Amino acid sequence: MEDIIINNLDYPVLTVSTFLPMAGALIILFLKRGPFIKWFALATTVATFIVSLPIYKHFDKTTYKMQFVEIYSWIPTWNINYKVGVDGISVLFIILVTILSILCVSVSWKAIKEKTKEFYISLLIMETAMIGIFVSLNMFLFYLFWELTLIPMFLLIGVWGGPQRIYAALKFVLFMLAGSVLMLVGIIVLYYAGGKTFDILELSKVNYPAGTQLWLFLAFFAAFAVKMPMFPFHTWLPDAHTEAPTAGSVILAGILLKMGAYGFLRFSFPMFPHAVNVLFIPLLILSVTAIIYGAYVTLMQKDMKRLIAYSSVSHMGFVTLGLFTLNQNGIEGGILQMINHGVITGALFLCVGMIYERTHSRMIEDYGGLSKTVPVFIVFFSIFTLAAIGLPGMNAFVGEFLIISGAFKANMIIAAFSILGVVLGACYMVWLYYRVALNEINTTTQSSLVDLDLREIATLAPLVLLVLIIGLQPNILLSYMHVSVEHLIEQLHNSIILENINAYDTVSSIAEYVKALFKWA
Amino acid sequence: MDTIVSIKPLLAVLVSSIGALFIIGTGKKPNLRESWSIIAGVLKLIIILSMIPAVVYDKKIISYSLFNILPGIEIGFRVDAFGLLFAMGASILWIATSFYSIGYMRSTNEHSQTRYFTCFAVALSATIGVAFSANLFTMFLFYEVLTIITYPLVAHKGTSEAKAGGRKYAIYLLGAAKAFLVAAIILTYNLTGTLEFSKDGIFPAIIQSANPELLYIIFILFLFGFAKSAIMPLHSWLPAAMVAPTPVSALLHAVAVVKTGVFTLLRVIFFVFGAELMLDIGVDVFIITFASVTIIAASIIALSMDNLKARLAFSTISQLSYIILGAALLTPSAMVGGIIHITNHAFSKITLFFCAGSIYVSSHKTEVSQLSGIGKKMPWTMAAFALATLSMIGVPPASGFITKWYLVIGSLERNSLVVLTVLLVSSFLNAAYFVPILYKAFFKKENSNSEEEISLQDKNLKENPFLVVPLTLTAIVSVFLGLYPDFIVHIAEMVVK
Repeated sequence: MEDIIINNLDYPVLTVSTFLPMAGALIILFLKRGPFIKWFALATTVATFIVSLPIYKHFDKTTYKMQFVEIYSWIPTWNINYKVGVDGISVLFIILVTILSILCVSVSWKAIKEKTKEFYISLLIMETAMIGIFVSLNMFLFYLFWELTLIPMFLLIGVWGGPQRIYAALKFVLFMLAGSVLMLVGIIVLYYAGGKTFDILELSKVNYPAGTQLWLFLAFFAAFAVKMPMFPFHTWLPDAHTEAPTAGSVILAGILLKMGAYGFLRFSFPMFPHAVNVLFIPLLILSVTAIIYGAYVTLMQKDMKRLIAYSSVSHMGFVTLGLFTLNQNGIEGGILQMINHGVITGALFLCVGMIYERTHSRMIEDYGGLSKTVPVFIVFFSIFTLAAIGLPGMNAFVGEFLIISGAFKANMIIAAFSILGVVLGACYMVWLYYRVALNEINTTTQSSLVDLDLREIATLAPLVLLVLIIGLQPNILLSYMHVSVEHLIEQLHNSIILENINAYDTVSSIAEYVKALFKWA
Repeated sequence: MDTIVSIKPLLAVLVSSIGALFIIGTGKKPNLRESWSIIAGVLKLIIILSMIPAVVYDKKIISYSLFNILPGIEIGFRVDAFGLLFAMGASILWIATSFYSIGYMRSTNEHSQTRYFTCFAVALSATIGVAFSANLFTMFLFYEVLTIITYPLVAHKGTSEAKAGGRKYAIYLLGAAKAFLVAAIILTYNLTGTLEFSKDGIFPAIIQSANPELLYIIFILFLFGFAKSAIMPLHSWLPAAMVAPTPVSALLHAVAVVKTGVFTLLRVIFFVFGAELMLDIGVDVFIITFASVTIIAASIIALSMDNLKARLAFSTISQLSYIILGAALLTPSAMVGGIIHITNHAFSKITLFFCAGSIYVSSHKTEVSQLSGIGKKMPWTMAAFALATLSMIGVPPASGFITKWYLVIGSLERNSLVVLTVLLVSSFLNAAYFVPILYKAFFKKENSNSEEEISLQDKNLKENPFLVVPLTLTAIVSVFLGLYPDFIVHIAEMVVK
């Protein structure tokens, strides 16, 4: 076992952080209804955050190996172990989950008035599932958690959502199930092709035949691309994000979308390097399409929450663009941008949720002149808007910088198009800001607008801090992933079968490329 | 060259932002509030002046770095002669503008004055930040901050016209920066692995020979990315921004913002590409063409403008391209001419805008055609206007003459008859759009058609001392810089060498 480091803390840190929220949910199940429940939920999420902190203190940044690994035999007949661990790619997502979960409880404090008990149970189970996904080192366990996210999310949207909630919840689950069924097929094929094991690290070492790689890549791609969502599988996203309660939107945008990208990094890249190398140009094109198309659609939205939801399509396009550049800058930028997107879009959903609570309208035309009526709110909203348009010194700029830098190394033309996405991104955010914050004061909603209270400020303030810290000292995060990403790229390049992958810029090489693409059949 | 590590540049940047906090805090008491602007301005100037001995006479560079963002990218400051020259001009004129603003904003009873003075102070921080940036990233950061913080100033009046102007301002400047600058900076980073400015450019020789076309494109991206330099065809935000209150047009759209545009461009020419590389890849001809067209076209448009501020705006567009042209000629004299024009034009043009504001405050006149006979009523204002005009046209001994002198010699050094013609024709055009104003003001009798206008015969019409003192001083400085150009020419030569 040379590529794992067994957990050497005095308690099983990953297992505890994963299942602590679940335990909290079980206790809430037996509590009486009342205001005590939300305090308990808050305590559980804070406890989870604190329990997970030693991971960052004791994480060894100099190795790509899996750390804090725990292995227990689970179903020996199928060779299934309970195996968890983190490396530089997954470690940052855990802190993202734990922080956002706290904020989700805090923002639901007054917004959720009915069935509070069930709400917090769903939220906590969701947290367990999300952490579980990022720590699983066993395919079977991973799939279990992957599917487990669907149930609480279905409830969150379907029970506490907006007027179209049933439609949105069903659409969400159907899309997800369609994707994950194909992944299940992929997992089963992988089980036999990789020597009857579900261990992710073992499976990553096998060198699969080129044809198998392509089919398996496509099977996994179905699940990840729907989750991301990549264009053209994105249509579930605006409905689900818009109809979900604020906490649900934050979880969806902040974490659920990242599971797809994480899947690419954990499965597709190390297991199917040949397929990735063959397909990366079409995937880059798909990413750029998502960036530009997503931004255009975002421009047209009249509903604030829907606008921010659609902007995720464009932003996740940037993430996949970064990942599929297959170079250090691009992939690091992609991972960093996932965190950034979680922070910024999460924050924007919180902002929209807060004023929705007051006026019960999400329509942009119902607002205007908020800079005069609710100045404290606008201070936060301005900071997040500036962060979203990539002001240097704030977090999204660093991510975009790395991604586009990687993209220019991979393909000049595609990178040039992604710049268009940056411009459009600035357009829709600034225009939204203009209509909501500046403009004339809109009298229809003015009376019900009250400025933020202390709880809400405390909810948003940590995100402002994150925006600035990541923007000025991105190395705090980048240093975690550096070695792991290097190792990932090594894995990718060690098994290059295609001769020259950089020759996509001329017509003759495109023809060659198409020929290479169809060689596998 | 030696480097000194000192926190002074950071202090010089921060002092006006800290002043802004005090301005917000004392928003209810106008006198106290305005005194913070003045105090911050004086402090800023003292800090900047205190760096002159080390930088100009000992030929050292003062540097200070804050955060390391990525390998080769940091937020850092670097004070060299070039940045110091720009910062000096901006901070001196901020003090003048603060006095002027007090008079202007109070006599026109403008609303939201706290917001106005706050944004102004932060805008100055951003300007000094640009001047003292050590690398492209820091420069870009302050460049963007400047765009954002000046938006409320441009749209200050809140009328639909002001909003439209502000919108255009934001779209042009943010859009160009996003569309071109981001790409240019990232490509530079990809090729060199660093964004730090360096005396002879940062592109290693191997890249220069391997990739001349790419470098050509990168430069064009820089040229249009810095849309604040108002080079055509990205100039039309500047006339649109004239809806702002006059002190804003004066300091920001004659000095801070537009000069940031040309300053950043010159930084890129001298310190990212380097003169030799510019010649090697042949991109200088591209800039000279665009700058020449801008000079002539903007002057011709200025001729047709009746609104005084609009005429001044197009004059600014044309004059800014002198600076770009000087730098792009790449001969020693021309480069000196370009650099000193940053200061020369600043003092002359701010005087002209101050005069326009003074005329508006006293008589509510905004059009050139209404100015007949105003010279007798507002002698100080119009005398200052005349002096500044001389500088714009390039008549000795005003400072504009020194610029033109160096530029003409530069064009001869380069043997470029076309550029020489452009310079001569533009001087003629400058005279053509400024002299009629003087003629009307001093020699024509008033012919008021409309009764609603305040007549110049009105006994109450007098000049506001808060406005007249700053504008007289800047006019005198503008002539002084023509009589004693040694100091700034010395600095400019340090930059070029």
